[in-house]
Order: sequence, then structure tokens, then C-alpha cells
Amino acid sequence: MVPRTTFNHEMDELNREITEMANASKTAIEKAVQMIADMDLSLREEVAELDARIYVLNGQIDKHCLDIIALHSPVASDLRMISACLKMVEDLNRFGRYARDIAELIDDFEEGKAFKKFESLRNIACLVVGLVDDAVYSFLQRDAEKASHLHERDDAVDALYDTIFREILTYMMEDPKKITVGIDLILVARYMERVADHACNIGEYVYYMVTGERLDPKVRVGHVEQNITACQRLFDHPCPKHELDEK
Amino acid sequence: MNRKTKEILYFSAFRGCALLVVLSLLVLVGYIATGGLERLSLDFLTEMPRRANTQGGIFPAIVGTFYLMLIVLAVSVPIGVMSAIYLVEYEQRSWMGRLFKLAVYNLAGVPSIVYGLLGLGIFVAFLGFGFSLISAGLTLSIMALPLMIAASREAISAVPYSVREASFALGATKWQTIWHHVLPYALPGIFTGIILSVSRAAGETAPLMLTGVAVSLQRLPDSFFDSFMALPYHVYYMATQSSNLLATRPIQFATALVLILSVLGMNLVAIVMRKRYRDKYKW
Amino acid sequence: MTTEIHVEDLHVYFEKNHALKGVDMDINKNGVTAVIGPSGCGKSTFIRCINRMNDLIPGCVVKGKILVNGADINEDAVDVVDIRRRIGMVFQKPNPFPKSIYENVAYAPRLHGVIETLNGKVRRRKHTKNELDEIVERSLRRAALWGEVKDRLDKGGMTLSGGQQQRLCIARTLSIDPEIILFDEPCSALDPIATAKIEDLLVDLKKDYTVVIVTHSMQQAARISDRTAFFYLGEMIEMGETRQIFERPQKELTEQYITGRMG
Repeated sequence: MVPRTTFNHEMDELNREITEMANASKTAIEKAVQMIADMDLSLREEVAELDARIYVLNGQIDKHCLDIIALHSPVASDLRMISACLKMVEDLNRFGRYARDIAELIDDFEEGKAFKKFESLRNIACLVVGLVDDAVYSFLQRDAEKASHLHERDDAVDALYDTIFREILTYMMEDPKKITVGIDLILVARYMERVADHACNIGEYVYYMVTGERLDPKVRVGHVEQNITACQRLFDHPCPKHELDEK
Repeated sequence: MNRKTKEILYFSAFRGCALLVVLSLLVLVGYIATGGLERLSLDFLTEMPRRANTQGGIFPAIVGTFYLMLIVLAVSVPIGVMSAIYLVEYEQRSWMGRLFKLAVYNLAGVPSIVYGLLGLGIFVAFLGFGFSLISAGLTLSIMALPLMIAASREAISAVPYSVREASFALGATKWQTIWHHVLPYALPGIFTGIILSVSRAAGETAPLMLTGVAVSLQRLPDSFFDSFMALPYHVYYMATQSSNLLATRPIQFATALVLILSVLGMNLVAIVMRKRYRDKYKW
Repeated sequence: MTTEIHVEDLHVYFEKNHALKGVDMDINKNGVTAVIGPSGCGKSTFIRCINRMNDLIPGCVVKGKILVNGADINEDAVDVVDIRRRIGMVFQKPNPFPKSIYENVAYAPRLHGVIETLNGKVRRRKHTKNELDEIVERSLRRAALWGEVKDRLDKGGMTLSGGQQQRLCIARTLSIDPEIILFDEPCSALDPIATAKIEDLLVDLKKDYTVVIVTHSMQQAARISDRTAFFYLGEMIEMGETRQIFERPQKELTEQYITGRMG
């Protein structure tokens, strides 16, 4: 019998909770993007519910981690796991928040059409969903290798954001009536870019959790492939899992 | 019968036995005292015997017993303690240690008359000491030895190993540890050994008979190789060999009383010293 | 940090039991090195090799080198008494002598005397009363006990509380100014407050002495040591900086032990 049953039980519980939260956050982002793609306004309720659940889990996991630290003196891998959890919940929480914000922005059929019109918006959405998926996957599978490559794609996301910004600016300047829509679309892109940053953060925490070393963000490997074509399918049906990880 | 009744029954039985022992001592001393108190006087204690021991005092016998005890103390205590140290500290497990233990236990069971023969053969005859204080004293010492060793061994073993360990860790040698820590703390137990063995030796008659105790002397022994009188033998002689048994009866009892009281007195001294050492090295 | 103790291929046998199997280890000067491991892993046996206390156990055979400042203490020609003067030990259960507090601390200096060189000749003499008084006070102060006992130095050592007794034992060890002090689970018989006091004392002592502590409390090792060694079944599995051992142990066994998952 492995000793420290209470402690092990607590750690298993924690793992279960953070897994639930990670999956919920990922789903929230996916649903939000899908909302825009399919113009399915009914998804807004779902996203709002997910966000509420994410918020509750945030508090729960926070407390749980502190309890374990106070009562069980975790060391080594247990300690790193808890450190990762404590930090990750904040980023996962942001996912839920941004998902809800995105969902709330889309309240007009016009916007949906506009969204579909901008190829680059769809691209950035794709990349980000892929990033989030990979970040959560690397955590669930404790895959430090995968986690270490996440930040490579962040550059692409940032670049895409700049492109979108200029595109939409042009769009707005063409027709002043489209400014309202345009601003909303820029916000959506902005939220996407933030989500990507948070996903990269998660990658850093996972790397530390598994290896005990800190990832140096300044050390970035050069080229990035943008597997855009695969995520066109996003707009026909939800993004398939791990489809984007052939890199 | 229920548990409580059993409890009371057993407790009463144990108490009864203890009382029996105390009673025995009281009866013994009482009996001796009533018989001999009348004859007890300062003269009795300080005068030489006269007229074939029917008059006068038993001073030489007292002195003789005293000298004998001195010899027993001087010989059996150092040898006993050192043997016990050897047994406990140096040779716990080897064949030598086991042989030694065997020898000690067997010595304890040898009858006193056999000791007497031993004394006669070795000290009186072989070593040529003749019938003297030294022969008797040495014989009694050997008799007292097993008791001394056993009690010392108990006392030395009782000193906890942690004290020795602490001493070693400070850089003391084995002998330094024994001298500074083990022996002082074993002293109370060693004193108990002294009490027991000297008491036994003081009262033995058979060895004295075979190593030359005198019936009556008009003077005190002037060296250890001289002849001597002793209290236990005096009692024996008075009770069996004297010419007028009835007349000497009070003398017998008085002598016995003196013997008992002397032994008690020596024990008291040892007890006081033991207490002093117990308080000094408080656990 | 220079190495004070260098252990090379140390084996210890108790009759047929192979208690320590080829231990290699370096212990740094002036720091606290903790030795942890489950019961029966050989950590107490190991530490007792350093001041040759295992010599006292009949049937114990020690093989291998233990170099203290370059000199092998396992050689036959070595004076064990001198080793134990330079390497002190504090035991698990406080064991002050049943003498007065003063006598407890003065015993060892008095035993060894003062070694001084006069006109080129090395000789040993007895301490004067003043010298002894000074040593007693200095040792008790260093062991953080002076304040509590300075008015009753003639009272018995056994009248003190458990934690005080242990500090008295530490003062006793300090009285002969050793270079290295070994602690064999010094706090396991003490309550948390006494333990905390002794831990503070150890952290203070490491400035001037090399401290090696065997402990079954991992939290204690984590709190006070600079380097930690993990023993298991007579072998040293891993040794490193305490921070590294407790955050990122290299060996799987170490990880299992410190997370409490050694079944």
C-alpha cells in the first residue's frame, strides 16, 4: 500500500479539478470561435455557463492548492505540479473570460458575415484554437516537448493580428458605417491574440512542472509553419483534436 | 470467586509473607536478647576471658571478628569489583567470559565446610601461613567473592549504555569511562554487595574452625599471622564444648547478640554510605 | 567550500549483515549536511563511522577510506581518542551525565587537559579553575543554554527539561572545540519548540563547525541543511544541494521517498 493516502487522494482530486477546468476553458474558446463561424447565437448561453463554471473552479483549485501546501508539505514533482496549477488557473480563467467577451460581441448577423469575409480573422482563430488545444493537451499528457514549442506559434499570431488590424482599418475607412462592426472585429482579434499569449504561459508552466527548469522565452526557434488549410474545416464543424500537431 | 476477592487474597498472602520475614528477624533478635542482655555490659565487651571463658569478656573475639572483616573487605571487594568489571565491560561473549561466569556461580554453591578444607589445605599448609588470621581471612574472602561479584555485576550492568556512549564520544578511553562514570554510578549496588557478602562472612563458623580459630586467648593478635578468636566460633564453642553449659548460657546468648549487633552495625554504615552515593549521582 | 570529509568505497558489515555498500561521499566544511532515508537504510551506521563509534560494536567490520582533512581515520595506527576529540557526537536521546551541569561540560576538557608548546616541547597540563570556568561558560553560551542555567550550575544535569538536556549535551560536545559535530537524530525525542531551538542552534553552529545530521524528518533536513544525502538499503542514492533535492531530485528512488510514496 502506498503511504500518504490522504495526500495522494488530495493530489488526485486536484488533478481531476484542473483537468476539468482545462477542458472547460478549451471548450469555451472553441465554442466562442464556432459561434462566429456558424453564427450560432444559441452558443452564447453555453459559453456563459462554461465561464461561470470556470470561475468557480478557479476559486476551488486555488483553495485546494493552498490547503495541500499547508497540510501536506509537498516537495519535488508534487510541489511543481501545485505551482503550475496555481498559475495555470489564472490563465485558464482568462480563456473563459475572453470566450465570453467574444461571444457577447457577436450580436449581429452583419458581423457574422463580416467575420466570414475576413480570411485572416478565420486564420487567427484557427491558430489560437490550435494553440489552446495543444497547451491543454501538453498539460494533460505532461508533455514538456510539446509545451516547449508553443511559443513559436505566438509570433505568427502576433503577426496575424497586425495584418488584421490594418485590414480592418482599411475596411473601416472605406465605409464609415462599418466602423462599429470593425471595432468589434478588432476586439475579437485582440482577444484571440491575448488567448494565444495565455496559452504560451501555460506551456511555460507545464515545462517547469515536468522538467523543473524554466523555459527561456527569448530563445525562440526560427520558422513557424502555419497549418491554415487544416483549420478551414473549423467553419464546417468543430476543430478536430490534435489535428494541428504535425509540426 | 470474583477478581476483587482474588486481588485481596493475593495481596494479603504477599503481605503475610513479608510480615513473616520481619517477624522472624524480630523473634530471633528478641530471643537472643532476652537470653543474653543480662550478661551484656561494658566489661563484657572490653575484658579478656577468664576462667575458661566463664568469666570476663569477649574482647579478643570482637577484635578477631573485626580483623577478619577487614581482611575480607580488603581482599574480596577489589577482586570482586574488578572481576565484575571484567565480566561486564571486557569479555561479554567470548569463551573466557562464559567460563568465568560458570566458575562464579559454582563457587557460590560450595558448602562452607568445604571452604574450610580449602583454607586448611592452601593457606594453612601449602602456603605455610599456619593457623592464623590471614588464613581464616583469606578463606572467608574467597567465600564472599561470588556474592560480591554477582552484586557488582548487577550494579555495573545497570548503568545505561547511553552514559558510556556519551563518554566514549567525548574521547574517553574504556578505562576512563569505567572509572569516571560506570563505577561511581554502580557504587550503591556495590555497597549492597558489600553488605551481603561481609554479613555472610562474619557469621561463618566452619571455615574458622579449620583454619585455626582459638578457643580462648588472653591477648590480642599482634600480627596477621597470629592466632585469633572470633565471635561465631565463640558461640559454637560456648554452646557445645564448654564445661558448664548452663552457666555459660548467658555468655552464649550475649556473644550471639554482640555478633548480630556488630553485623547490623556494619550494615548500617554501608547503608548510610550507599545513600550518600545515591544522592550524589542522582538519576 | 573545501571538502572536510571524503568517504571512499565505505563498506560496513555487522557479522553477516552488509549494512553499508560502497558509499562514496564528500562533505563540505562549515555547512550542514543532512542524511535522510527510511529506517534501516544505514544512515546512523554511516555517521558513526566518521567518529569510529562503530568500533565499540563487537562483530562490526569497517572497510574503506574516510579521509578527514586528507588523513584516513580508518587506519589502524590512528589514535581513536584523538579522533573523537576532534569529531564530536550528539545522540538521539539526550544523555547528560548524572552529575552537575558544570561537571557535565567540564568533564571532557578536564579529561584531555591543555596541550601547549613550551620551549619547543609539547606537553599536556591540567586546566586551572579559571580556564575551566571560562570553557564551561563559553560552551553553554554557544549552545544557547547559558542564560537558563547560569545560576544553577551545580544542580544536576538531569533536572533540566528534554530540550535543555540536549543543549547541555551539545555544550558538552562543544567544550573540547571539535572541528566536526555529528548529530544522530537529535530532535526525535523532543517537542516542537525544543526542536525549533535546536534547529536554530544548528544553523548558528554551521558558521564555525562542520555539521552532519541524520534525521528521519525530511522537513527538518529541508529547513536547515545546505546539502542532503539520501540513503536507501545501505547505499547512497543521491546527494546534492538541498534545494535541488527537494525541488528536482535526479533519481526516481529519491523522488519516491521524499514525496512519501515509498511503499
